[in-house]
Amino acid sequence: MSEYNFAYLDEQTKRMIRRAILKGLAIPGYQVPFASREMPMPYGWGTGGVQVSAACLMPEDVLKVIDQGADDTNNAVSIRKFFEKTANVETTAATSEATLIQTRHRIPEEDLTEDQILVYQVPIPEPLRFLEPRETETRKMHALEEYGLMYVKLYEDISQHGQIATSYSYPLKIEGRYVMDPSPIPKFDNPKMEMSAIQLFGAGREQRIYAVPPYTKAVSLDFEDYPFEAMKADGCCALCGADHTYLDEVIIDDDGGRMFVCSDTDYCESRRAAGHVGAQATPQNQEAAAS
Amino acid sequence: MTSTSSLEGGFTDAPVEAAQSFRKIMNVMAKPGTIEELSIAVPPAPLSTAAGSLLLTLCDAQTPIYLARKFDNPAIKQWITFHCNSPFSDAENCMFALGVWEDLQPLHDFPIGTPEYPDRSATLIVEMDELTASSTELSGPGIKDTHQLSLPDVTAFQKNAMLFPLGLDFYFTSGEKIAALPRTTKVKLSAENV
Repeated sequence: MSEYNFAYLDEQTKRMIRRAILKGLAIPGYQVPFASREMPMPYGWGTGGVQVSAACLMPEDVLKVIDQGADDTNNAVSIRKFFEKTANVETTAATSEATLIQTRHRIPEEDLTEDQILVYQVPIPEPLRFLEPRETETRKMHALEEYGLMYVKLYEDISQHGQIATSYSYPLKIEGRYVMDPSPIPKFDNPKMEMSAIQLFGAGREQRIYAVPPYTKAVSLDFEDYPFEAMKADGCCALCGADHTYLDEVIIDDDGGRMFVCSDTDYCESRRAAGHVGAQATPQNQEAAAS
Repeated sequence: MTSTSSLEGGFTDAPVEAAQSFRKIMNVMAKPGTIEELSIAVPPAPLSTAAGSLLLTLCDAQTPIYLARKFDNPAIKQWITFHCNSPFSDAENCMFALGVWEDLQPLHDFPIGTPEYPDRSATLIVEMDELTASSTELSGPGIKDTHQLSLPDVTAFQKNAMLFPLGLDFYFTSGEKIAALPRTTKVKLSAENV
């Protein structure tokens, strides 16, 4: 612990990131450039999210890290250990106990409160990047509020597939001004972005920070005749039986067998502990008795 | 409490105290009208504890500061120079400005950002005699229904909000209290004052 400055980053770096976060909150959805540092992990593993978390953490925080909804996957475990070592903060898997949640590509199923902060890891912060590769141009498009190209893309989805086929990183318009990439969360999570918690987004490789304050209007782009739809796989969680959560598809044999399980592991476990049983699960107290 | 020397009154445990201060600052900026207490720094008068803590948390050699009139005094300058190492500038080139409301006028001197980079705008720290949840009604991002805050003006903040996404962002400090008003907040006189 004593070998590191609190939360790894030096104080000057944290001040620079903090100023970017505050300007991001003042201009919701606008991508604030910041001088991203090299972190002791490769790009694509959450270097932006980690820097934002490091600038926000205080010793009394309780940290939760999720990767695609799960607390026990490689990325989540390594980032949690990183902050246990460098910031000596308490960590948890329970959504309601956490004060700061760093997430890769999911919003927890449980509603967040005003006292919580959600930090997203963002690979490509620019929603227009795959439509216009030049940063000089996309910056001008945001300045002029010129988002026609994005609507053309959604229209082409409809003309090719009969529906808007974009299923993740689904663009939103924040407070009626900036079109924002919500990071690659499934569009099932988009309606949750109007929430009570502070949402911060960090893109390390692309050197951008942006933010959505609580209760900010976040509207998924759509058309009058093709309204936005939050999609999920048809089915129920095989473990807890939930039919209202985002589901992961798990292949279980070589014959095309599969099961659906909640992507949010903490939510699924708390439902099972509360006695909900899915089609392929045994009740938890029986499992305990068998072992 | 006023420190007699410019070397005193800073953070004693900078990484932790700066983190705790920042979380309060972020909370007031994300939820305009919320009043928090910042009580760590002991800066020279007339600089308040809250404003001093804010400078220690956010300012360094990369942030030119504009000191308006009575805050432009040697004791404050020495304290900021020692603890933050910030350069001082005029209103047109500052990132942070510090003063009472009357001394910070006219607001159009301050940078409001450019259409491509609206974040390159000044943040004004307005020292107030008192700060209470009254008189002006705030609504917008970060506010569930409405908040009340004793702002020093109304039309100036309405004009600032019309510049969105450009514009200035404000902190209001009084003793240990701090609140904030970003450019997105819509401001009007509370019903009882109309």
